[in-house]
Amino acid sequence: MNAFEYAAPRTLDEALAVLREHGDEARVIAGGTALVTMMRQRLVSPGYLVSLREIPGLGRIEVANGGVRIGALVTHREVETSPLVRERIPVLAETFRRVASVRIRDMATVGGALAHADPNQDPPVTLIALGSRVEIRGAGGGRELPVEDFFRDYYESALEPGEVVTGVVVPQLPAASGAAYVKFLPRTADDYATVAVAAIVTLESDGERCRAARIALGSVGVTPLRARAAEALLAGQRLGAGLLQAAGESVKGAVDPLSDHRGSAAYKREMAAVMVGRALSQAWEAARSSARGTQ
Amino acid sequence: MNRKIRLTVNGTARAVEIPTYRTLLDCLRNDLGLTGSKEGCGVGVCGACTVLLDGKMISSCIALAVSADGHEVTTVEGLAGDERLHPVQQAFIDAGGFQCGICTPGQVVSAKALLDAIPNPSDAEIREWMLGNLCRCTGYYKIIESIRTAAQRSRA
Repeated sequence: MNAFEYAAPRTLDEALAVLREHGDEARVIAGGTALVTMMRQRLVSPGYLVSLREIPGLGRIEVANGGVRIGALVTHREVETSPLVRERIPVLAETFRRVASVRIRDMATVGGALAHADPNQDPPVTLIALGSRVEIRGAGGGRELPVEDFFRDYYESALEPGEVVTGVVVPQLPAASGAAYVKFLPRTADDYATVAVAAIVTLESDGERCRAARIALGSVGVTPLRARAAEALLAGQRLGAGLLQAAGESVKGAVDPLSDHRGSAAYKREMAAVMVGRALSQAWEAARSSARGTQ
Repeated sequence: MNRKIRLTVNGTARAVEIPTYRTLLDCLRNDLGLTGSKEGCGVGVCGACTVLLDGKMISSCIALAVSADGHEVTTVEGLAGDERLHPVQQAFIDAGGFQCGICTPGQVVSAKALLDAIPNPSDAEIREWMLGNLCRCTGYYKIIESIRTAAQRSRA
């Protein structure tokens, strides 16, 4: 690793001031699982590290507008085991449970994972399907962005220099909805996905027709993707196995996977279609059960 | 760019001056002489460097020592007192939970953290918790047996 200066301020304002002073030289560190690994591999060599770890108040999970707000310093393990998240948005707890190992989930933070902007991660996929918004603070003030607009390119986010992710706001599922996260893992249980899919199906109050579907994919492009064409095939329709399969097929044109040791691009494209079909089936089943429960 | 940090390591206050880029693992091994924790993969995957930071498992190979400033670290050396064994260590001996031994300190620290969190884990819970600790001798069944043994003894 290269030599660097290190600051662990006690307030966010102090952290933002240090970031502004050091510009491009500075990087934010929280759990460190991504950044320290990249520094050890000499992929990045920042001159200044600003730790958020000692700033109180960034580690809370709380109810917000009926949904859940998760602070940037909350760890993956804390989301996975949070009674609040498990009760209100179980698919989110399940998604975080699929990340790496317990030890890494104890270290890695929600804000850090977003800022890292790795298209192979699990949480962004489900956060996008749920319509979550990322909270950002800079020296000039705060702003919010849909998570799906936050990822710009391979390891590139919409964060401007000097800006920090402070949290993410996740809305609760609408009535008569079901959600599923499907992670295709042909190698080991702690690996990144070969293809990951989150799907949410919302039914009309009759429990039959689809009001809306939201589908997001990971590990099949330079950013996590939302499959809008597939969603459009389902909206307003009476669902069935054939239609869900057609929705899966339609993502083949939307994904742009890289060939790597987890599979060739062609293989991942095929599996993306299969996994979208599976995620939709599970979400549809859960939505029907939810619609029956509320009738 | 050196920095003086203060840690509580295995219950003892330690102060050490280190370069900011020192990993916690290198700090423990090279600056504090605690060579129980091992470096395997160096990227947080294999679990050989597992220690507890404020009671939570971490990969000390991808943790910066400066980030642990003011915090509490527990290593395999601190699980039991001098010349004594922690019940998890005794169970690994009795149930044959290690072969070459390089992964054992990480296995034992992770198992201790598991039993602190879930005193009576199911086999599924043991497998999910321990999947981040690799054993290249592939002695996984004996490791699971060791943890089961330690949990049973603590109930007795």
